[in-house]
Amino acid sequence: MSRLSRRRLLAGGALTAGGAMAGAAVALARDPDTPTPAEAGPVAHGTQTVPFHGVHQAGIDTPAQAHAAFCAFDLAAGVDRAALGRLMRLLTDDAARLTQGRPALADTEPELAALPARLTVTFGFGPRFFAAAGREALRPESVAPLPAFGIDRLEQRWCGGDLLVQVCADDPLTVTHAQRMLVKDTLAFARPRWTQRGFRRGRGTQDDGVTQRNVMGQLDGTRNPALGSPEFDGAVWVDSGPSWLHGGTTLVVRRIRAEMEKWDAVDTAGKEFAVGRRLDTGAPLSGEHEHDPPDYAATNALGLTVIAEAAHIARAHVDSDRQRIFRRPYNYDEPPGPDGRPDMGLVFAAYQRDVGDQFLPIQRNLAEADLMNDWITPIGSAVFAVPPGCQAGGWIGETLLT
Amino acid sequence: MTVGGNRRRAWGLGSVLAAAVLLLGACGDDAEPEAGPSGSPPAAARPLVVKDMWVKTATSGMSAAYGTLMNTTGADVTVVKATSTASPTMELHEVATVDGKMVMRPKEGGFTIPAGGSHELEPGGDHLMMMDVRTPVTAGTEVTITLTFADGGTMEFTALGKDFAGGNESYQPEMPGMSASPSMSMGG
Repeated sequence: MSRLSRRRLLAGGALTAGGAMAGAAVALARDPDTPTPAEAGPVAHGTQTVPFHGVHQAGIDTPAQAHAAFCAFDLAAGVDRAALGRLMRLLTDDAARLTQGRPALADTEPELAALPARLTVTFGFGPRFFAAAGREALRPESVAPLPAFGIDRLEQRWCGGDLLVQVCADDPLTVTHAQRMLVKDTLAFARPRWTQRGFRRGRGTQDDGVTQRNVMGQLDGTRNPALGSPEFDGAVWVDSGPSWLHGGTTLVVRRIRAEMEKWDAVDTAGKEFAVGRRLDTGAPLSGEHEHDPPDYAATNALGLTVIAEAAHIARAHVDSDRQRIFRRPYNYDEPPGPDGRPDMGLVFAAYQRDVGDQFLPIQRNLAEADLMNDWITPIGSAVFAVPPGCQAGGWIGETLLT
Repeated sequence: MTVGGNRRRAWGLGSVLAAAVLLLGACGDDAEPEAGPSGSPPAAARPLVVKDMWVKTATSGMSAAYGTLMNTTGADVTVVKATSTASPTMELHEVATVDGKMVMRPKEGGFTIPAGGSHELEPGGDHLMMMDVRTPVTAGTEVTITLTFADGGTMEFTALGKDFAGGNESYQPEMPGMSASPSMSMGG
């Protein structure tokens, strides 16, 4: 291999994802024939790919990419099981190509497909998908609209949907192109209902393993089960109930508005009291470091618990790993209103085996009493079953539709 | 949150190889035939391998099939005829400039794919023209297409129906007035 191509390969392969490849890149760089990392230039994220085929769909246990679009569709009248099969074959084919950096069939901008930037495309089926498919008996009971909560101020334009297409990549133009191709191939069967775009820190801005901050400045996701861990697998992947969904999961998408102006008016101590964590380090108020387990029994000199009973982390706490949910949220930031009021918050995406067993108990606890409720308002809500992955030659949804 | 715990999604050899192919500029596309909706499994006896075949959706009238024909043999192969389950009548078309206008017309002598070479069928270029769609081509349906070669041999493959806005060059038949109106568009 020539010096040049070796360097280019190094640039393409040196991932910062804290794994084996980073080590390999260092090893290569120490070879006297190869340039030092400084000479190699910046790491190119654009050519990186995430496998499409597998036991599970990608985009869930994938380290969260920087950009996302959640696209919900309403099925057209008369779309039946056969039509849904055609739709899902088309969309699977598009996703299998685009995620690997190849144009979709009939891609009108094939040049835009060349930089997948860890593109993943993940599909979910909403409550009404099952009746359209003649498979109502196979709908998990809790794949249904969430019950109304007192804190909700839901706007229908952010609610529901029969089909979800989640598009994530480290580059926003990649997301745009994939979304465009997928929407075009959906239009013969369904119409867009809502689209929510979100973002996290840009790739490479910080170590991939660092917990993200949301627009309110809080570290968000500290207690998530680690990707690929037994705790993650036991909480996220369906392993009981109708077999078509085994290896899949369920997804709740909540659009949560951050009441930024009210939040601005609170001092740091008040904010930390509401969350139960320090804002700077993310440490629980009972501990020193972000990942210290919160001690909900610890008391102060006055005999009061250090972490308030109604603090967010106390209300969201669950005892069993099986009861946890996996959060993969994105921030949103729409243009401010003419009066300067911000329109920002979270596209809160939570994955769990069972919405009824895992998400709902936590959400009930939060809705009942969470100090944070003064500063966050759910304005959108949707629930989807996320089918398992497929192998090459297969398609997403085949376990339900064939 | 930690990363790299899941080896399958993490940075495995496959993604590195994929990156290497892209970075080293090795002809960009994979040269292997594909199974699945976009192409038929290869058969050793076939002179051609097809890749990425698709058909513009149409309920009636004209449409066209596109993709890549690859000649894996050591001799030139000439396609002289095509037919399909959607439109029994098909023609092998090229797009040419006539009187300053882009028109499509039957390609004289058919498509010759050189030994070891490939032939792109694409909107605005050579394509397999469906002259009279009888069985509607809807999005996601598979159309079976049969090619006939100069030596009389045939091969069959499937192409995927895709909604597509382009491919609207006006049609100039070989013998105007005989088979179609000169201003006919592929519609769709």
